[in-house]
Amino acid sequence: MAYFDAASAEPLHPQAREALLTALADGWADPARLHREGRRARLLLDQARESVAGLLGCRADELSFTTSGTQAVQLAVLGVVQARQSASRGPGHLVTSAVEHSSVLDAADWLARRTGTTVTTTGVDRLGRADLAEFTAALQPGRTLVACLQTANHEVGTLQPVAQAAAECADRQVPLLVDAAASAGRLPIPAGWSVLAASAHKWGGPAGVGLLAVRKGTRWREPLPAGDRENHRVPGYPDVPAVLAAAAALTAMDRERDASGGALRALTSRLRAAVPELIGDTVVHGDPDDRLAHVVTFSCLYVDGEALVTELDKAGFSVSSGSACVSDTRQPSHVLAAMGVLTHGNVRVSLPRTATPESIEEFLTVLPPIVARVRDTVRAANSS
Amino acid sequence: MTPPPRAARLTAPVPAAAPTPALTIDALGKKCPIPIIMLADRIRDVQVGQLIAVLADDPAAKTDLPAWCALKSQDFVQMEDLAAGWSFLVRRSY
Repeated sequence: MAYFDAASAEPLHPQAREALLTALADGWADPARLHREGRRARLLLDQARESVAGLLGCRADELSFTTSGTQAVQLAVLGVVQARQSASRGPGHLVTSAVEHSSVLDAADWLARRTGTTVTTTGVDRLGRADLAEFTAALQPGRTLVACLQTANHEVGTLQPVAQAAAECADRQVPLLVDAAASAGRLPIPAGWSVLAASAHKWGGPAGVGLLAVRKGTRWREPLPAGDRENHRVPGYPDVPAVLAAAAALTAMDRERDASGGALRALTSRLRAAVPELIGDTVVHGDPDDRLAHVVTFSCLYVDGEALVTELDKAGFSVSSGSACVSDTRQPSHVLAAMGVLTHGNVRVSLPRTATPESIEEFLTVLPPIVARVRDTVRAANSS
Repeated sequence: MTPPPRAARLTAPVPAAAPTPALTIDALGKKCPIPIIMLADRIRDVQVGQLIAVLADDPAAKTDLPAWCALKSQDFVQMEDLAAGWSFLVRRSY
């Protein structure tokens, strides 16, 4: 039995739990108030900001805490676009890779509908890596308001060429939004971003904390009335105990990275090799080498993805799937579709820091008979 | 064999260059992976070099039909829009 959906949410890190309990006692007050309780909350919030900024490689005043990764992405995209639109560039242009998180694509789509911004979505190869040449060619100096690229893909784990994209963007004076949600806490943040977004529950912090960092010199204007909180960027004041827990988890993940990253990579490598060996007509997706250590995604031909997730859940394994029947929209994963790979029978295994070799072997024991059974069921239902 | 009149009625106008399929599989209304299973089950019903048309309206088929062909080294020829759904043309290559 094991939880294998860390890419949706990493279980709360023990250090985060400890920080959360302490901060609930000490950091509950409004950090903007001048009384002792307020000052104490303020001190804790400032400490959390300093430590997170240090780990991201930015200044504390560049970093704001948001209420989610999605909110961070929305404020990042809209803030840059609106600041630059107002500099009489008109509705302008936005570039994004086709495999960005839906929060990025939704924000781009929203801008296109509301303000007439033109959106260019650039392609990826079969491993899910953004086509750097196409991405670069889409940048229009003077017209492109922002370009968006993730550090790593959240569904298949492939790392993106962020440093190179950042250099191309800098040459053309186009700000680059880097969505680091899939990799923050697991890999160093690549240099060169103008705006950065991330989400704490993906690295073992609590839900309800996102990061928005805006580099000095990047034009950004608040898309919502934000008052004086979080450097005038985010409405409302942050959940100080949750922010402290998020900072504690990020610090711990960063410290443990070499040990846990290596161990998780060995486990996902074992899955990448064993799954197609044990189960016929199965494809493993994403880059075999240049990838996140904790994610492996595969598709089994002739299998209904929903049945697979349900059967694995019954067998005690929690996984996610990009198959259409498992999604809210009944559409197949836009990531797998952009890669041009099989979308049905899809399983994403993403290992939490506590995953063990034993749990992987147990998974490899239960998976083949489940796939065989689902294949038989689907076939029988079709022929009856 | 599928009766030709039904296939002819459902298929969008075929470009002049596209030859007639030897077999048409009607997977309209079927969710993935059923259209793929139907294709895999029936591809050996045509000769090597002949064409099969798969009619499907599950959006996942747009990715999965070409992906299956790539995996199985079959020849994905083209996709055409129908009034509802798509017709996917596949050539049996071995």
